[in-house]
Amino acid sequence: MSLIRKTAAELASMIAAGEVSSVEVAEAHLDRMAEVEPKVKAFLHVDRETTIEQAQAVDTRLRAGEKLGPLAGVPIAHKDIFTTRDMPTTAASKILEGWRPPYDATVTKRLREAGLVILGKTNLDEFAMGSSTENSAFHPTRNPWDLTKVPGGSSGGSSAAVAAYEAPLSTGTDTGGSIRQPASVTGIVGMKPTYGGSSRYGLIAFASSLDTPGPFARNVLDAALLQEAFSGHDPMDSTSIDAPVPSVVEAARNADVAGMRIGVLKEFGGEGFQPGVLARYNETVQLLESLGAKVVEVSCPSFTVALYAYYLVAPSECSSNLARFDAMRYGLRAGDDGTRSAEEVMALTRAAGFGPEVKRRIMLGTYALSSGYYDAYYGQAQKVRTVISREFEAAYQQVDVLVSPTTPTTAFAIGERVDDPMAMYLADLCTIPSNLAGNAAISVPCGLAEEDGLPVGLQIMAPVLADDRCYRVGAAVEQALESRWGGPLLKEAPSL
Amino acid sequence: MTMVYDEALDAFEPVLGLETHVELGTRSKMFCGCKTTFGAPPNTQVCPTCLALPGALPTANTMAIESTIRIGLALNCSIAEWCRFARKNYFYPDMPKNYQISQYDEPLCFDGYVDVEVDGKTVRIEIERVHLEEDTGKSTHVGGATGRIHGADYSIVDYNRAGIPLVEIVTKPIPGTDRLAPEVARAYVTELREIMRSLGVSDVRMEEGSLRCDVNVSLMPRGASEWGTRTETKNVNSLRSVERAVRSEIERQAGVLTDGGKIVQETRHFHEDTGTTTSGRSKEEAQDYRYFPEPDLVPIAPDPDWVAELKAALPELPSVRRKRLQDEWGLSDLDMQAMHNADAIDLVEATVAAGAPPADARKWWMGELARRANETGTPLADLPITPADIARVTELVASGALNDKLAREVLEGVLAGEGTPDEVVEKRGLQIVNDEGELSAIIDQVLADNADAADKVRSGKIAAAGALVGGVMRASKGKADAARARQLILEKLGVSE
Repeated sequence: MSLIRKTAAELASMIAAGEVSSVEVAEAHLDRMAEVEPKVKAFLHVDRETTIEQAQAVDTRLRAGEKLGPLAGVPIAHKDIFTTRDMPTTAASKILEGWRPPYDATVTKRLREAGLVILGKTNLDEFAMGSSTENSAFHPTRNPWDLTKVPGGSSGGSSAAVAAYEAPLSTGTDTGGSIRQPASVTGIVGMKPTYGGSSRYGLIAFASSLDTPGPFARNVLDAALLQEAFSGHDPMDSTSIDAPVPSVVEAARNADVAGMRIGVLKEFGGEGFQPGVLARYNETVQLLESLGAKVVEVSCPSFTVALYAYYLVAPSECSSNLARFDAMRYGLRAGDDGTRSAEEVMALTRAAGFGPEVKRRIMLGTYALSSGYYDAYYGQAQKVRTVISREFEAAYQQVDVLVSPTTPTTAFAIGERVDDPMAMYLADLCTIPSNLAGNAAISVPCGLAEEDGLPVGLQIMAPVLADDRCYRVGAAVEQALESRWGGPLLKEAPSL
Repeated sequence: MTMVYDEALDAFEPVLGLETHVELGTRSKMFCGCKTTFGAPPNTQVCPTCLALPGALPTANTMAIESTIRIGLALNCSIAEWCRFARKNYFYPDMPKNYQISQYDEPLCFDGYVDVEVDGKTVRIEIERVHLEEDTGKSTHVGGATGRIHGADYSIVDYNRAGIPLVEIVTKPIPGTDRLAPEVARAYVTELREIMRSLGVSDVRMEEGSLRCDVNVSLMPRGASEWGTRTETKNVNSLRSVERAVRSEIERQAGVLTDGGKIVQETRHFHEDTGTTTSGRSKEEAQDYRYFPEPDLVPIAPDPDWVAELKAALPELPSVRRKRLQDEWGLSDLDMQAMHNADAIDLVEATVAAGAPPADARKWWMGELARRANETGTPLADLPITPADIARVTELVASGALNDKLAREVLEGVLAGEGTPDEVVEKRGLQIVNDEGELSAIIDQVLADNADAADKVRSGKIAAAGALVGGVMRASKGKADAARARQLILEKLGVSE
C-alpha cells in the first residue's frame, strides 16, 4: 500500500522504526498533491523546498536520537489562518495577500516542535466566514467525492486535502462548525475541542469567544493523536484553560460505549433534513444501542434559535477583530497616492481588500453593537447563549454525550447557495450550539446518503473538558461501521 | 466676549469634573511583555501583540491590576469582585487594533473620594471610578502650521507607547467650589500626583505625559439648581495649566451665557501659550464606540483576601503624612501649606532625617533655596544640593563653626558645584576665626585705625562699638565671630555693657 494511504499513526511508527524517512513520506504526499491539486485545489500555498528541508531536519533529529512526539516526521497541512513564520498567511483574503508573519501560532509551533512537517497552507472561506470555501478570495476548493460539490467550510481546504490523500492530517478552526461540517461532507473525522483546550494564539481571529483550533484526520485515533500534540494550556492565550485534560488518545483506543448514556437531540432530525442523512443517522444511533449504550431522547428547545444568536455574536466580534486591517502596518494598501488622508486610505483598502461575505458580517456586527441596538441584538444574543449553555448542562445531567447529524444535508453543489446566505448559514444549524456553549464535539463518518452517494457525518457532543467522550464514542462507531463496510468509508470515494 | 473672572463668578456657579490618566510604571506593557522605557528609539519596544499583528492575543499584566487596585484603595474606592475589560472601537492610525482595551460599565474600582485642602478649607472630591486600559501609540504630524493632523504633509507613528498600562480616574461632578474652582482643580491633581508617588505606581511626570488631565467645566446661574452644559478640555499637561484651563473656561462660558449664547457640549483644546481653549470635536459628531466585553481576556476577579492584604500594606498616604509631620515639626497650617505648595515637604523631611532641626530645615528650603529655585525656574528638588548638605550646614552653624552669612556662602558654593559643604568651607576658607590670638591682632589693628571711635567707646558711648565690630568683620572677611569680637573690643577698651 502506498505511503499516502497509510494512517498518521502507521506513518509515525514506520518513521520511528527507520523503515521510511520523513523526507520520503513528505515526497509521496507532495507527488500526490502535484497529481490531484489541479482538480481539488485544496491549497493556497505549497513550497516543496521548504517542506523537504523541514523533513530533512526531522530525519536528522530522529537519527540523532532526539525524542520527538508520537507523530514525528508525519506531514500535515495547516489551515491558512494559523500564522507560520516560514510560509505566507492570508486567511484567504486579498487584504493579507503575501503577508509573511514574523511568528508561529502556538498550534503550528507546538506541531513543529513535535516533528510534524508542514506540507502547505490550505484554502478556507475568507477569514473563516462561510460553509463552502467559496468565499476564498483566491479560488474555491472542490470535494474529492464529487468535484462539482463543495468540501464544506470554512476549513474546506483542510478537509479536502485529507480526503484526497494529499495529507494524512490537517488543522482547522471551528467557530460555528467549520471543522465538523467539512469533515462530515468529505467523509473524514473532524473535532472541535473544548473552547480554551487549544490555544488561539496566532490564529487570525474571526470570533474570539467561539474560534477553536482542532484536528482533521481520516480516522479517530489520528485525530486524537493530533489534538493531543497541540493541546494544553498556553500562557499566550488568556482564555486557554489551565486544567488537566483527559487523554483523548487513550479514549480513541478505548472504543467501548457499553453502559454509556447517549442523548438523541429531539430538535435536530426532522424537517429540513435530507432523508438520506436521517437514514444513516438513525441507523448509527441503533448501532450504538446495539453496542450496549443506553439511548434516550433529550430536548434542548433553545437550540432552534442558536443560529440567530450566533449570527449576532460572531459578526459583532468580527467587526471589531477585523478593524486592525487598516493598511497601516501590514497587508494591502490601496489608494495611497500621497494626496489622501490616512482615513481615506483605510477606507479604500478595506473596500478593496475584503470580500462581500466579510463586509456583510462587519456591517451586521457594527450594527448589532451600535448604541441603542446593543441590548436588543448583542445583549439579547448573549442571553440566548447563556440559556443554551444551561440546556446543555441540564442535558448532560441525563446523558454522557449528545448526538445529532453533523449537517442537515450532504455536500451541496458549488454555486448553489452563494446567492442565498440564509441557506448557507443553515449548514451549521446542528454544530453552532456547541460553539456557543464552548463544548467539545466531533464529526465521524456514518455512511453515504442513498440519494446522492455522498458522505454523512454523525456529531457527538460532550461537556466542557470531556473531549475524551467524543473520541470514545467516535472510535466505537468507527470500529463497528468499518467492520460492517470492510474498511474506511473513504475507500468508496472515486479515484481522482 | 469673555468675562473677567470675578464678574463671571458674581453671576455663575461652576461645576467641575476631572478625568485623569496615569501611566503606570510597570516594567512591561499592559497586554504583552514589551518594555516600557521612556524615550527609547521609535518602534523598538513592540511585538506582535502591541502591533496588533493578525492572530496575536493580549494577556493582562497582573502587576498593573495590582497597582490599579492599590490606587482604588488609596482613593477610598470599593473594589469590584468581578469585572471585565471592554473594547472601545474607533479607527485611528496610532491605535494598532483600532480598538482600545479599556473598561466600560464594570470598572475595577468605584465610589471613592479624596479630600484636598484649599485656602484652609477641606474639599471632598468624590471619585466615580478608577479603571484600567492601554495607551495608544504616539503620532507626530509633520508639516503644516499647527502640529495637528489637519494640514500636515504626513504623519509618523511610534508604537512604543502603544499598550502601556493607563489608569483612568474619573471624579463625580464637583459642585460648590465657587471662586476656588481653579485652585480646587489644581489641588486635586496635585493630591493625586502625590498619592501615585507614595504608592510608587507611576513617576507621574506631567511633562512626559505620564499624568494627563481632562477638565470638565459647566456653569449655572447663581441660585439655579440645574447644572449647565459642560465642555471637556483635553490633555491639560501641567498643574498650572489645570488651574488656568478652569479659569479660562469659566471666563469664556460666562461670556457666552451673558451674551445670550448657548454652551455647546464639545471637546476643547487648551493652549499653553495663551492660556485659553479652542473648540475641538463637538459631541454631536461624537463617535459610537460600540463597547462590548473583551472576549480575548478572562474576567478579573480579585480575591477579597488579597485585596485586604493590599489595603493593609498601603503606605501612609500624603494627607495623613502631612498631618503627622506638621504635628511633629510644630508648624502652623499656613507654613505647612506653603511647604506643600512649594513641593518642599519631602526635602524638609529628608533634611530632618539627616539630623537638622525642623525649623532650620524649613528655613533653608523655604528661604534661600526657594528663592534660588524661583530665580532659575528649577523645581526645588532638582537644585544641585541634597538634604544631607543642608543638615551638615545647620550642624556647622550650631557648632559655631559657621555663622549665617558664611552658611549662605557655603550653600552658594555647593550649588555652584564646588563640592560638599565641608569641601566648600575648606576651599573658600570660610571657617569662623576662632583663634583668639589672630582675632586679638585684628582688633588691635582696627582700634589703631579707628582711634576716634575707640575713644568714644572708652568715654562710655558703647553704641559706637558697633562700627568697630563692623570693622573687625570687614577685616576678617566675615569670618570672625561678631559676638566674641565685641566682647574683646569692650575688654580691651576697659568698659563693660
